Amino acid sequence: MQTFDLESMGLRDLNAALQGQGPDTNETSREVVNPRGSHALAVGLDAPLDVTVHGSTGYYCAGMNSRATIRITGSAGPGVAENMMSGTVIVEGDASQYAGATGHGGLLVIRGNASSRCGISMKGIDIVVGGDVGHMSAFMAQKGNLVICGDAGDALGDSIYEARLFLRGRAKGLGADCVEKEMRPEHLELLAGLLDRAGMNARPEDFRRYGSARGLYHFDIDNAY
Amino acid sequence: MAEDQPAGAPRTLPIQSATFTAEVNAEIRRAAATGIYDIRGGGAKRRVPHFDDLLFLGASVSRYPLEGYRERCDTNVILGTRHAKRPIEIDIPITIAGMSFGALSAQAKEALGRGASAAGTSTTTGDGGMTPEERGQSTKLVYQYLPSRYGMNPEDLRKADAIEVVVGQGAKPGGGGMLLGQKISPRVAEMRDLPEGIDQRSACRHPDWTGPDDLEIKILELREITGWEKPIYVKIGGARPYFDTTLAVKAGADVVVLDGMQGGTAATQDVFIEHVGQPTLACIPEAVRALQDMGLHREVQLIVSGGIRSGADVAKAIALGADAASIGTAAMVAIGDNDPKWEAEYRRMGTTAGAYDDWHEGRDPAGISTQDPDLAARLDPVEAGRRLRNYLKVMTLEAQTLARACGKSHVRNLEPEDLCALTMEAAAMARVPLAGTDWWPGKRGQDF
Ligand SMILES: Cc1cc2nc3c(=O)[nH]c(=O)nc-3n(C[C@H](O)[C@H](O)[C@H](O)COP(=O)(O)O)c2cc1C
Repeated sequence: MQTFDLESMGLRDLNAALQGQGPDTNETSREVVNPRGSHALAVGLDAPLDVTVHGSTGYYCAGMNSRATIRITGSAGPGVAENMMSGTVIVEGDASQYAGATGHGGLLVIRGNASSRCGISMKGIDIVVGGDVGHMSAFMAQKGNLVICGDAGDALGDSIYEARLFLRGRAKGLGADCVEKEMRPEHLELLAGLLDRAGMNARPEDFRRYGSARGLYHFDIDNAY
Repeated sequence: MAEDQPAGAPRTLPIQSATFTAEVNAEIRRAAATGIYDIRGGGAKRRVPHFDDLLFLGASVSRYPLEGYRERCDTNVILGTRHAKRPIEIDIPITIAGMSFGALSAQAKEALGRGASAAGTSTTTGDGGMTPEERGQSTKLVYQYLPSRYGMNPEDLRKADAIEVVVGQGAKPGGGGMLLGQKISPRVAEMRDLPEGIDQRSACRHPDWTGPDDLEIKILELREITGWEKPIYVKIGGARPYFDTTLAVKAGADVVVLDGMQGGTAATQDVFIEHVGQPTLACIPEAVRALQDMGLHREVQLIVSGGIRSGADVAKAIALGADAASIGTAAMVAIGDNDPKWEAEYRRMGTTAGAYDDWHEGRDPAGISTQDPDLAARLDPVEAGRRLRNYLKVMTLEAQTLARACGKSHVRNLEPEDLCALTMEAAAMARVPLAGTDWWPGKRGQDF
């Protein structure tokens, strides 16, 4: 395993080293020590690497990730795994605002809580949160699945498009055009798969499903505030 | 009244109100009938102080001119010299502004790429991502990073020659995007990860940063993803140009793109287009002052847009301190938008050539602002690209002509001292003397 120490190397060198890995490398494990809350750590990776960051990270860790698995043993700052395309990002602690924002694919697992706007504008990513999520989560969420094992803050799923939200606890409030929907067998199956992939110990039957009432899909005077 | 008047008495003529004009009343009736605000494309249609209100002084005894056609007058611009490992060099000081695939047809995007490449300049993607047609036909392509992040992906980011973080647009500083259902074709829907045929709203703020301190970190992330190679532009609408330019530069921008209120849009509320933002002319000196105060004028390049139509407009923008100008509407017109040859079809839609602005409806007879395959097929991208190249060439020749007349061997050397203003308003905004005086309103050391 190759170890990178951010105390002795700069951010640019670290990212260049991680980005420079060809896809056909056999030795795929990397670890990063002393991240000290640095921003833009391990961004733009594009190879099936297995990266463990020992500690907590600043803004946009694992941004635009493709194919790599990135594990953060501490907590993650704003925008972790933003615009992820594929691969897996796991946060052992908590995540700040906009976790998984605009993600197009892959799996983001947050074992602790996520702050506000988790999954904002998500476009196909799967996000599984072990704890709670803050207000305005899944705002304008377009595609993909957001699983919340705890509670959700206010205005969950505001202006949501076709993303699916699964909530075990309670939402303080639903956002504009977000409604509870029937949990059908195919949804239970999908949810079971997501919980399993995320290594979350929860029963799909305990969740409720939310999604778009599709009332905002066409401009209409009666939708305006 | 009339009945009470004695027969044969003189009558007042019917007087139309200057406040409640025919247009105003028609809009009131439209609003009352539909209950929804007017959405349209294009830029502000009202008259505001503009480049037409400025003139070049030319050369004489105190300045000597350069010979046309014989003495060189260069036009190249290098963008991104501040931080990028690979700045881009364009041959002419005019770029093609960001216009989305979705708003425009794939053929129109291809034509813009062809024309820009043939003229030696760059073109720009838009809200909706990068199409292979435009990447393929654009030798220099700027990739927009917008609040919606439709189609955003690291592969295209790496394929781009520069990245433009869009904070705002002159047509709607503070507004988000709109694309109505008629234009969400299967291809557009797929690129944007949206259901087909819905009226799409895109956000007015970025989803993962809010203030200038966050923007600095966002720019760091984009640079780290692309190995610090690409110039990073920040595009701002003409709201508070001094502060917005300062903050964009503080956040690390290599290039500031400043879009004044006349700037076009694909679709926005008319009230936004006509009532928000400052005229392009008023924005430029403020942005230049911000760059000068930071000691970064010309090191951070300034691209100006919003109502640029000719080489004269380009030369005046540069004389006020810009490095280049950018065009949206004019490029559309060059490739065939609002051409009188489609008059019969415009009439059928209740409009006329030159006034057609319902671009959001996707029924453009010229095949430009549409996703209808039959209409789009009317635009030949090769021929349209040629027209754009010609037009860009003419603009460049015009700008060179004016620069030579002022004795400049590079258009970049044009300066405010080469200008005078025709109106008090233009003099105050551009901070150049009113014609025939050495004075402008607000000039330091002089009382009004
Ligand atoms: C049809 C059309 C689509 C546009 N789409 C975008 C866009 O996607 N992103 C953006 O930043 N600006 C967009 N704009 C604004 C242009 O980038 C540019 O700021 C403006 O057109 C400049 O003013 P001008 O039209 O007077 O030249 C669009 C403009 C038009 C006319």
